[in-house]
Amino acid sequence: MKFVDEYRDSEPVRKITEALAQIVSKPWTLMEVCGGQTHSIAKYGIQSLLPSGLTLLHGPGCPVCVTPLDSIDKALQLAARPEVIFCSFGDMLRVPGSEKDLLTVKAEGGDVRMLYSPMDALQVARDHPEKEVVFFAIGFETTAPANAMAIHQAKEEGLINLSFLVSQVIVPPAMTSILESPANRVQGFLAAGHVCTIMGLAEYEPIAEKFRVPIVATGFEPLDILQGIYLCVKQLEEGRAEVENQYSRSVRHEGNAPAQEIMSNVFEIVSREWRGIGAIPQSGLGVREDYAAFDAEKKFSFKACEPKPPSECISGLVLQGIKKPDECPAFGAACTPESPLGATMVSSEGACAAYYRYQKTGL
Amino acid sequence: MKKAMTDFTVNGPTCPTSPKRKETIQLAHGGGGKLTRQLIDEIFRPAFENSELETDHDSAILEFDGGSLAMTTDSYVVQPLIFPGGDIGSLAVNGTVNDLAMSGARPLYLSAGFILEEGLPLETLQTVVNSMQEAARQAEVKIVTGDTKVVPKGKCDGIFINTAGVGRREHSFNIHPASVRSGDVVLLSGDIGRHGMAVMAAREGLGFENPIKSDCAPVSRLALKLLDAGIELHCLRDLTRGGLATALVEIAQTASLSIRVEEKAIPVRENVQGACEILGFDPLYVANEGRFVAFLSAGGADRALEMMRDDPLGKEARVIGRVEQSPEKSVVLTTRIGSTRLLDLLSGEQLPRIC
Repeated sequence: MKFVDEYRDSEPVRKITEALAQIVSKPWTLMEVCGGQTHSIAKYGIQSLLPSGLTLLHGPGCPVCVTPLDSIDKALQLAARPEVIFCSFGDMLRVPGSEKDLLTVKAEGGDVRMLYSPMDALQVARDHPEKEVVFFAIGFETTAPANAMAIHQAKEEGLINLSFLVSQVIVPPAMTSILESPANRVQGFLAAGHVCTIMGLAEYEPIAEKFRVPIVATGFEPLDILQGIYLCVKQLEEGRAEVENQYSRSVRHEGNAPAQEIMSNVFEIVSREWRGIGAIPQSGLGVREDYAAFDAEKKFSFKACEPKPPSECISGLVLQGIKKPDECPAFGAACTPESPLGATMVSSEGACAAYYRYQKTGL
Repeated sequence: MKKAMTDFTVNGPTCPTSPKRKETIQLAHGGGGKLTRQLIDEIFRPAFENSELETDHDSAILEFDGGSLAMTTDSYVVQPLIFPGGDIGSLAVNGTVNDLAMSGARPLYLSAGFILEEGLPLETLQTVVNSMQEAARQAEVKIVTGDTKVVPKGKCDGIFINTAGVGRREHSFNIHPASVRSGDVVLLSGDIGRHGMAVMAAREGLGFENPIKSDCAPVSRLALKLLDAGIELHCLRDLTRGGLATALVEIAQTASLSIRVEEKAIPVRENVQGACEILGFDPLYVANEGRFVAFLSAGGADRALEMMRDDPLGKEARVIGRVEQSPEKSVVLTTRIGSTRLLDLLSGEQLPRIC
């Protein structure tokens, strides 16, 4: 398949790993930001191809993983209401809230539906004028334009029975937060290629400069990831700290202007809680006042609840690259994809699920 | 590579292979993966324990004076009822025929039990029944008994069908995962992932430029052809729920051996690969309804392959791997880029990813 097979071919992979081995002179620690990259790394056993001493830490870019417990508990409350049709992306359905997950609410009789696009929620709302339709709008800059477009369209059409439970986050403040942590080990980043496709590269330049870290916008196929690692290590070996673009078949320096425009029309920058990590200032997107009628948090009232994260789950440390999944005592024991304690064990993009599924132990 | 940890405490069960038991039935209990296995091991097997009960293979083998019969049953609840490449009727015949064939039996007779929803158009039922008869004709089986129940609207989803089947074993091979030996080769009968993605695309209204057709077909002809030619097959397994990966893992665990397979050797149609890429699915875990793997000694592989490729259903048959002696009981995949990874049972249902 074009654009896939050529990036999963053993010969170029062998060449780039050999080139990498030749330029590495000391141990380096890199972080891939995006969960899609983590998934590929686990699936293709990429760590085993790297020179010893070169460590990959897995970053916070798994949308399901960082959605805060408070948002999930609110989603569970909405989904259980008899007048609500609750719509969500598929892999959000298994993420544990304080007491249960959306699939359990569905099994208990809640009308929970899995959609592929927020635009599909518009049709559900049109088809069910007697119901309140709520879409769980989560994710990074990659899902934000489509979610913004759906909110905008709902307003245009006057679909008063549709609203959005928004828990959008953005990447650069999370990278800054990781770099500012005293426990930080990250010396270079593979930035999330699809986030950069939307947002462009400019917002990473101040981070690279301030913290003296190379940042390489990187794709998701095995060859992409190895090329991203190579470029990042080359910068480190040469003492450079620049923003580079490995994923040039998708990323332009300026990003996707129409996508950015609809995002900024509908959303504004707000502070957000990241599951397992805590509050990060200016790290999220909230619904602007103009669209408040479509903001589920304003439309519905919620029972106050105290989110109860499982005490033994270390997903916050995993998401910040401080611990690896198999360093958790619950990994593969009390915590498995069938009974996850933390969100990182749920999504295919979660580091714990990727380790469990593909390697069982360490990479 | 577990590292010593002292600053965390562990609560709850610690057996890594036994997920915590859920208190209610989840959809994933019917998904053919770990939770299905848990139901069999904890509820069904202990309750039904007897000498003929078969929980590791597709059919039970019943010995009689002068011969042995294979018996199996399966229920069909697919939505939509009609999908590209088949419908619930052809599925209900082929699925049961294939389960009999996978125990090396010649499928002979089927029963058909219908649960119909009030309000179902008779025309839909007629279409499905005609399709069953056509599938039975192709598979050379007779539908000899049946039952009909109607439930109030909303209590089932149009049509549910149960079929049971019996077949005759005409050879003396013990075709079972436990018969697999170190050094055996693994033959795959064709490309994978079509049925699951065809049904998914039809159910969710995903319009792909190049529509995916289910591979739904009776594989008995192909399996029996090998057996009739005296090729000693050690194990056969059709690749239904949970796909190729789950089938291989189950066989490795029952046989207490390790299986090594080559990703490059496993055929996946481009439209199936594309749909899987978009949704974040792994074709190795997607259901098939007309594909199987055969385990046999390396010496018989060339002849078996030649015979399979002579048949339209086995045109793309190939060797995808080999069985090895190993205490791990694992399935190891050599990826396209030359690295290796473990294949595990499907955990829960595959859910489309977010981005």
